Order: sequence, then C-alpha cells, then structure tokens
Amino acid sequence: MAKLANLSLDEAEVDRMATQLSGILEHVDALSTLDLTGVPPTSHPLPLVNLTRPDRSRPSWPLDEVLEGAPDVADNMFRVPPTS
Amino acid sequence: MTVETLGLTAERCVELLDAREVSCRELVEAYLDRIGAHDGDFNAFVRTRRDLALAEADAFDRDGRSGLQGVPIALKDILCTRGEETTAGSRILAGHKPMYDAGAVTRVKNAGMIPLGKTNMDEFAMGSSTEHSAYGVTHNPWDPTRVPGGSSGGSAAAVAAGFAPLALGTDTGGSIRQPAALCGVVGLKPTYGAVSRHGLIAFGSSLDQVGPFALTVRDAALAFATIAGRDHCDSTSVELSEPVRIPDREDLAGVRIGVPTKLLDQGVEPGVRASFDASLEVAEGLGASVSEVELPHAHHGLPAYYLIAPAEASANLARFDGVRYGLRLEEPGDTVVDMYGRTRSSGFGAEVKRRIMLGTYVLSAGYYDAYYGTALKVRTLIRQDFDRAFGDVDVIAMPASPTVAFTIGERVDDPWAMYACDVLTVPLNLAGLPGISIPCGLSEELPVGLQLAGPPFSENRLLDAAHAMERALQFDPVPPRLGQGVA
Amino acid sequence: MSDWEPVIGLEIHVQLNTETKMFCCCENRYGADPNTLTCPLCLGHPGVLPLINQAAVDRAIKIGLALNSQVAESCRFHRKNYFYPDSPKAYQISQYDEPICSGGHLEVDGTSIGITRAHLEEDAAKLVHAGGEAGRIAGAEHSLVDFNRCGTPLVEIVTEPDIRSPEQATRFLSLLKNTLQTIGVSDCDMEKGSLRCDANVSVRPAGATEFGTKTELKNMNSFKFLAEGMAAEIERQIGVLESGGTVEQETLHYDPRTGALRSLRSKEEAHDYRYFPEPDLVPLAPSAELIERLRGELPELPAGRIARFERDYSLPEQYAVDLNADAGVADYFEQVAELAGDPKAAADWVINQPTAVAAVPASGLAGIVKLVNGGTITATIAKQVYGLLEETPDADPVVLVEEQGLASIGGDDELMGMVDEVIEANPALVEQFRGGKDGVVNALVGQVMKKTQGRADARKVQDLFRSRL
Repeated sequence: MAKLANLSLDEAEVDRMATQLSGILEHVDALSTLDLTGVPPTSHPLPLVNLTRPDRSRPSWPLDEVLEGAPDVADNMFRVPPTS
Repeated sequence: MTVETLGLTAERCVELLDAREVSCRELVEAYLDRIGAHDGDFNAFVRTRRDLALAEADAFDRDGRSGLQGVPIALKDILCTRGEETTAGSRILAGHKPMYDAGAVTRVKNAGMIPLGKTNMDEFAMGSSTEHSAYGVTHNPWDPTRVPGGSSGGSAAAVAAGFAPLALGTDTGGSIRQPAALCGVVGLKPTYGAVSRHGLIAFGSSLDQVGPFALTVRDAALAFATIAGRDHCDSTSVELSEPVRIPDREDLAGVRIGVPTKLLDQGVEPGVRASFDASLEVAEGLGASVSEVELPHAHHGLPAYYLIAPAEASANLARFDGVRYGLRLEEPGDTVVDMYGRTRSSGFGAEVKRRIMLGTYVLSAGYYDAYYGTALKVRTLIRQDFDRAFGDVDVIAMPASPTVAFTIGERVDDPWAMYACDVLTVPLNLAGLPGISIPCGLSEELPVGLQLAGPPFSENRLLDAAHAMERALQFDPVPPRLGQGVA
Repeated sequence: MSDWEPVIGLEIHVQLNTETKMFCCCENRYGADPNTLTCPLCLGHPGVLPLINQAAVDRAIKIGLALNSQVAESCRFHRKNYFYPDSPKAYQISQYDEPICSGGHLEVDGTSIGITRAHLEEDAAKLVHAGGEAGRIAGAEHSLVDFNRCGTPLVEIVTEPDIRSPEQATRFLSLLKNTLQTIGVSDCDMEKGSLRCDANVSVRPAGATEFGTKTELKNMNSFKFLAEGMAAEIERQIGVLESGGTVEQETLHYDPRTGALRSLRSKEEAHDYRYFPEPDLVPLAPSAELIERLRGELPELPAGRIARFERDYSLPEQYAVDLNADAGVADYFEQVAELAGDPKAAADWVINQPTAVAAVPASGLAGIVKLVNGGTITATIAKQVYGLLEETPDADPVVLVEEQGLASIGGDDELMGMVDEVIEANPALVEQFRGGKDGVVNALVGQVMKKTQGRADARKVQDLFRSRL
C-alpha cells in the first residue's frame, strides 16, 4: 500500500502503521453485518446533473507565475528525475 | 482609543465603525496587537499579515466604508490566498503561495473584510484536536493544557481569545462544529454545496464545506451570507433557494425539536449530557416541543466516514509530489518514484500518512465493494434516516461533541479514540446537511456545544432557532481566565 | 500463417478540436511554447475543481452517433489513480463503468467491426526525456514536463476484437479517421498526436472460437508503423506458439527503425487504478433534445457516402472507397463530377492525380475533362494542360489551350498528310508492318504524335495508318 501511495516508510513505521490500520479496520468491519441489498450508493450529496461550462477560452496564467514556486525548472519546463 | 477586542462582535465592530467611534486602523490594530501580545500562549495563528491588513484599513479610513467593510476576519490556512502563503498545516506546502484566491476568500475580500492572517489547523484537515499540525499545537483559550478541537482549532481559538471577531474554517467530519463546541463559540457548517469549495485544499471532496466561526449566531449569519451562493468555479456549488436572513426571533413557538436519544447513549460523557438536557428544557421554555427521533444507522456514520473520507483524501493528496510546487526532496541518482517517496514521507505527518494508506487500501482491487462501496450505501441509509426524521421534526438536536476539551496529548496516539470525537458530527457531513453549534453551558468549567441540524438548505431555520436559544442561554463566550471582555 | 487467425482489437484516443481543454478554460492548442497554456486547474494545484466543457460532451455524443452507438441516459466521471510526472493530480479524470457511449459498429469492406464503448477523459502532460541517449527513456538523466497538453479533451474509442488482419486494421482506422474528420470533432493528425492508436493482438488456430492471450502494442504514430508492428507481433506470437511456448500477457513497443518488439510492462506490474466516482463533478444526463440536435448537425458520413458513390455514380467499390479517403477528397471529386458531367473521368483524375485536390480548383479540373470529352484536346495534352493549371490554378483551361495552341489536330486531311510523310520517311518500318509485325504501327503512330506534339488523337492516327497500309 505504501508503494501504491508513494510513501516510503521505514520498518518501524510500517509495523506501527499496520497495527493502527488493523485496529481501524476492525471498527469498520461492523458495516459488513448490515443488509445492504437494493440500497443505491451515494457518492454525491446533491441530486444535480449536467453542470457544464461553455467552450470559451480565458487567458492562461503567465509563464513566470506558473514556474514560480516550482522546485526545479529547466527550459521553462518542470524538471523531474528520470522515470526509471 | 484602544479597543477591547475580547467579546467584541462583528455587529458591534460595524456599529463602532459606522459611528466613527473607532477608525478602521484602530480596530485592526487592536486585534493585531492582541494577537502579538497573547497568541504565543495559544498558537491560533500560523502567520499574520500586519502590513497588508493595516494598508487595507487605511484605505477604508481614507475613502470611506460601509456594511462589513473593515471588519477583521481570520482564515483557516486551508483556504488559498493569492500570493500569500497557504500550507494546510503541512510541511509539504511550506512556502507555497497560491496563484489564486479561494471562492470564499474572494467573497470575503469583495465584502471589504480584512483578513488578519491564517489560522492553525490539523494537517490537511485530518484531525479533531489541532495537534497534527506541522506548525505546532494550538491551545484552548479556556484552558491551555487542553485542545481547542479540530481540524479548525486555530479559527475557533482565534474567535474565543478575542483575536478576530469572525473566522472561516472548514468542516468535513465536524471540523467546525466540534472546535466551536470545545472553545465556546458559534460554528456553522452549511449544507453541502451552499459555499464554494474553489480554493479549499481538498480533503474529502464529497464532505468538505467552508463555514464561519463567530461569537454570536447573528454574526455567523452575517459571515455566512457573505460567502454563500453558487460559484461557477465549483460545479458542486448551488445558489441558495432563499437569501440568508439575520435572525431576530427570540422564541421557539411551533418549532419541533427531535433528539436521537439512542445515538447519544453511546459515549457522551455525563457532564455534556447534563448540559445538553438542560438546554432542551430551555428550548421547551421558549415554546419548542421536544421529542425523540430514530436515526437507526447514524452510529454507522463513523466507520462509513472513515472509509469515504480517507479514500477521497488518498486521491486528493496524491498531487503533492514535489514536481510543480511545495516541498521536494531529492538525492542524486533518485528516480522520480524515489523522489515522490522521499518528498511525501518527509512532507506528510503521521495522521495524514495513516489516512492515505487507509484510503489507498479501501479503494484497491478486491476491496472496493467490501469497504468503499459498502460505505457509500450506508451513506444512503443515513440520509434516508434524516429525511424520514425531518418529516416529523423541524430541527434535530444533539451535543456537538461527546466530551469537553480533552488534554493535549491524551488521544494523539490512539487514532480510533481521536476519531470517536466525530461520532455526533459526521452523520451530517455524510448526508450533506447543515449544522450549527452554539455554546449551551459548562461542564468541568469547559464549554459544551449544542448542535442543531436541519434539512438541506434550512440554514435560516437553524439560525432562527440557534439565535433564540443563544438569547435564552446567556452564555458568556469570553473565557474567564482571559479577563473581562466587552460582552 | 494460414493455420492461424489474428485477432485484433483497437483502443483509439482522439483529441477533440474544442476551443478549450476538457476541465478548464485554457486554450486547446498545439505547438505553443512550453507551459504557456496552463492554469492552476490543469497544473493540478491544490484547491482547484474541474469544470466540464459542454462542447467536448457534444463532440463525444456526435462520435457515438457516427459509430451507431447508444448514448447513455446518465453517465459519470471516475478518477483513475496513478502516479507519473505527466499526471499532475496523480489521477486522470476519466470514465469507468458508465461511459457516455456504448456499443456501435463501423462497416469496413463489408465486415462489421464492433465498437465496445467511447468515453471522455483528459489527456496527460508531455514528458520530454532529456540527457542520456538522444531523448530515449532508457538511460535518461532527467525528464522535463510541459503541461500545455495536459487536460486536452480526449475520447477513447474501444473496438471489439473483430479485426482479423493488420491491413483490415488500417482500413478500419482510415475510415474511422475520415468519419471523425467529417463530423468535425478532431483533425485526427497522428503526427501531432491528435489521433493515437494502441492495438490488442492475439492469435488462435483458424476456426477456433476461444481467444488466445493478447498483448498490447502501444505508441505507434502512423498507420504504416501500426500495421508493421501488428504484423511483427502476430508473427512473433505464431512463432512462440508453434514452438510449443505460451504467449505472455504484456505491453510492447514496436521500434520501426529496427523492427524489434520490446516489452514495456508485464502483467504483474499492471496498475491498480482504484477507480472511484469523481466527487467534484455531477453526472451527465444528455437530453433527448440535445442528442437529436447533434444528430441533425451530422453531415453525410463516409460509410454512407461510399455506398452513395457506388450507387449514384455507378462507380466500382474500390473507386468509391479511395475517393472517400477523406472528406476533402470526396467533396472535391463530387464538385468535379458535377461540373464536368462525367463522374467516371472525374474519378480517374482524382485517384490518379491526388495532388489535384490541393493544387487545382474543381472548376479547372472539370474544365479539362470537358475539353477531352468534347474532343478539343487529347488525353495526352490534357496532362500538359493540367501541369499548366498547377502553375496558374486560377487560369481557365479553355483559355490556356487557345493561348498555347494545344487544341487537337483532328482534321483528316491534315493528319493524312502527316501519315503519308511518315510512311515515306520510314520504309523499313512499313516493310516490317506489312510483313506481319503488327506492333510496329505504334512506332509509326509515335512519329506522328511527335510531329503534332501530342495533339493528334492516337487511335485515329493508328486507324489512318492501317487504312493506308
């Protein structure tokens, strides 16, 4: 899970986290006892549909603002370490 | 003239400014000076913006003002302020200056209110005590050995300690209502969608809402009216069906109050229960009828919340990777994945990591249906419970927190004990309903919060009821140990 | 090879030609300086929320209608979670189990290729691998990210595994490209990346009903390389199976320079995308009115146009298909055909002179056809006139012929005169012809053609020679 979430944890952290997470999941297991047949899921509290915007462009942000605050910039692009 | 800010309401600020009994600058300076003198004890603010605030005040003094113009406000550091550092209580955003203002911030600025600074919070709004901040713990103005609640602990403490008449916070699982209760101030969580989430650094996207802290319900209404309404930058925000009314009714004739007694039997400490019960009697005295309601699934709200919120958070926080902004930690020879791991592990605190892991897990292949999928269905049941209950009552009343403020350090190492603080608040977030917490009494000399909940977009109804209760309860929001206020 | 049947399914990503990106109001434009078409939204800054571009939704619906798909009554967006520097939010807003269009089909060479689904999503940023060897991923020192492309609206079209050869795949893609261009949703330029295609390839014994293990071929940026890559992979899989091995499920990259296939990712490393509904967006429920309005805006589709050309112009199928290589060609052909009143001649010209579409106005080409049909010029001269028109496209062919003196020499006396001259000048050839070598007449005709600079009707001249001799 840590790898999927891109968190590099040391061994002690992994152990502690595992215990804490197991504890949390135990509390959460109570939900599995409920009868949920026919209950639709709610991913959204509001019953809205079709909220879209017109296809009209706005000026983009100036390059210097975009790059300001970036940890590492080269040739006006964001530099990152190699992917492999 | 030195203005006493302890207990000074926003309404009173407006009166003083309108009558020119005090200039804008004098008012803002009074707050800033008090922060300077006393916030060392509480750490409510992460940073203040003295020069900018005074310049804005000077402009009003020079050019004239009206309405809420010139009234100071504090902003939780989860709200983006253009060109001004916004860290969400995290090291991973240290030094980050957003390129734009949050929707709520824009409205506050358009109303002419003057932000005094950004308040402390649990990192990425994950917490109930403001002990999980990268910028230190915030202390409760009623007792500095205790927590102010969280995650908007800084905003709640700022208002309680006379550092600002108004503050904005956010509420995902109770993060406005619970700290309001623990600090003896008013806190309003609007209906989901009533206030723009544009510029609110996301934690639980289907749960987050921005809302005000204040010393009185009328002040909270004023602040809510300023920030509410559809923002075209947020597809999930809506226009209010009726304008916000500043409440003035002082009775509760005809108001039906429902109490989910069974829910309260789980973990509400006796002192809080006693205070809550006493406030119900006051309500009856004002003409309300109090009855029991059933919310059979509400107690499942806590586990459901701790599946949905971390799941959404795990995706929302994935963008903090050190590429475009914020912290980056890199060693020579690192691949980009190494850099991600290093940056995120160092930049995030333990609670955040815990929730990201939990969220990643519950969404992962093979577990979606059992955990996240199940939680979404439980959410439907909880909402249906409320819909049914509101067929019989107008307002549902509960304590906002099962306990009064606990001591710093008491729960920080036991995640589920900390999560239990939210048992009475998360059901409203899951259902998207509005809720307000007002102080209703003391237990162990610490404030107890009365929470009133209503159907979607019933804020006016809640504000009316809360205002009437506030008038009758006569709770003094100035913590005695801080001295005499103006109230 | 004939014992094995290839089974191919395609995943096509189409960049839509909207004015703005999918979820923000930045311009959707190719070729701008790096990071000049960005905003907090497409950069994945904290606190920003996506805003659905209605024009992108409209185009996706049009694509579905053109592919005979079902437009969903209600659909939603999902988050597809994965970390990569080209993904600023570390999730892509896409559609998972509720796509905007499902089902559908497209006829290619009389075969119906099934469409599984078409859905909306946003494009990733562009990653440039710098340092190392010549910009390749392996051995790079670092990468540079340009977010201009990030957030561009995409429609992903997935076909059923109904394609049975690389050639059929390219014909399908050609028709799909033409269809998408015709309905005006994309410029479908593979070089610019506005049309991208991945292939799922497997083989099975001819006549079998079960599918073999499939591999995924990615990132081929031209129809030619796609066909080559698929062919190479089919051959590889057959080789593996025939030698008793099993095909591993993996993702491959085809290198057109070397013809080699390289594994990018194996099954074990497959991503767990942890899809969940996008909480920042509400569902889309296209109304019947919207769908009908969009359907009404669709022009004649290529598949239908091919059939109409065969029918109305009495053209053979292959002609009709070739003329519908793209809408521009088809439009041009029809204009020429109508103006000239001769579809077959127009078809011949357009197919044999594909540059005409861009180089010569339809009226000009039609003029040439009419001049040939009217006997004013020969077929040979026509080519010359065409050449002149290419240089001066606005010229009138009639005027050109007059000015250049290119009209046919058709008068019998004049021609006969020349025939006699040539006969006199070539006694040896005449002997050979009379001696039975019939083909020699062509050489005699050739001489007259040279004398007339091609302005004589070659067949007529031949007849004259034959009558003389």
